[in-house]
Amino acid sequence: MFDPFWKLALGLLTGMVFGLLLQKGRVAKFHVIVNQFLFRDWTVVKIMGTAVVVGAVGIYALLPTEAVSLHIKPLVWLGVVAGGVCFGAGMAIFGYCPGTSVAACGEGRRDAMVGVLGMLLGAGLYVILYPQLSSLLESWGDAGKVTLPEMSGTSPWLWVGGLCVLAIGAITLSVRGSSGESPRFPKGDRNVDASSTEGPSRETNPMMETDRT
Amino acid sequence: MNNPLLKHSWSPYLVGVGIGMLSWFAFWSADHPLGITTAFEHTAAMILEAAIPGLAESNSYYQEQSPKIGWQWMLVVGVLLGSVISSFMSGDREPITVPPLWQSRFGASAGLRLTVALLSAGLMIFGARLAKGCTSGHGISGNLQLAASSWLFSFIFFAVAVLTAFLMYGRSVRDV
Repeated sequence: MFDPFWKLALGLLTGMVFGLLLQKGRVAKFHVIVNQFLFRDWTVVKIMGTAVVVGAVGIYALLPTEAVSLHIKPLVWLGVVAGGVCFGAGMAIFGYCPGTSVAACGEGRRDAMVGVLGMLLGAGLYVILYPQLSSLLESWGDAGKVTLPEMSGTSPWLWVGGLCVLAIGAITLSVRGSSGESPRFPKGDRNVDASSTEGPSRETNPMMETDRT
Repeated sequence: MNNPLLKHSWSPYLVGVGIGMLSWFAFWSADHPLGITTAFEHTAAMILEAAIPGLAESNSYYQEQSPKIGWQWMLVVGVLLGSVISSFMSGDREPITVPPLWQSRFGASAGLRLTVALLSAGLMIFGARLAKGCTSGHGISGNLQLAASSWLFSFIFFAVAVLTAFLMYGRSVRDV
């Protein structure tokens, strides 16, 4: 029923940093999420892309030291495809994702609070239907807990390196694209209000490639 | 204004680096990837178990999964607290019911917005449980491990979300 106390405290601490980062990243805001899907604000892709690249470098570097181990989710074809369709439609309509809706509650957003209730109901429905769903979801087959390097028989560093190159390229293009159109900002100001660099960078499609590789 | 916590927002790249490094910490310290929706599933399962006698015996979920108040559950509580602290320190409080962008397209009705929020959030998490992850579990933690399932999930959900958003708001809605 309960994890040991130290683990609960560790979870709370990790979560607090996560919530702080989501709130400061402005992704706990309805218009930032929806405008990403309308290609008018690239904050979500910038944050996720950077997190994936930085995370991948660290995790694959730590892997040989056995300080960390991988936790891969199985590629249950129907589950991932149907889940992705429901999730994408739901997220675009709701305007928050599960993590950011919790952070949005912290900002005081009432529609997110009702959404959290809806998430409990949706999760309850999944638990009730679990016996029927688990056999149905397997009907398209299950490729197991595989990574892209394993599937393709290549080195993970080829993929990590590729992601780094894509990210650096996308950020360079994005920064160049925005500095061309907007009046020059002192460097520090960029960090104060990220939204001021959003508009012009739309054309350069920053980091989108990392999501599609 | 030298204290970064007092600022409304940080650079998205800085936030991304922070989340990436936080996931190193989570893997190393708790042997857990960052993920949100498992905690919702476990909470719902525990409420249902308490509310419906005999459910744990008749539903195979309870034989195969073990819902608990664990690291992931406290992670969600932490996200709430972290956001509360961050938004109070910067004054970036947004106690709104109908977001302006929504209002510009669907009107100011709080009832409509809240009903749709309830249902769409339910659909979203149902999808996340079918796929075993969300924007955190698949989109960040899974993708950074180069998991095949996560990259496929991310591609599909992003494409469907773009399609849905354009169907809902079109290209004509003003930037709000």
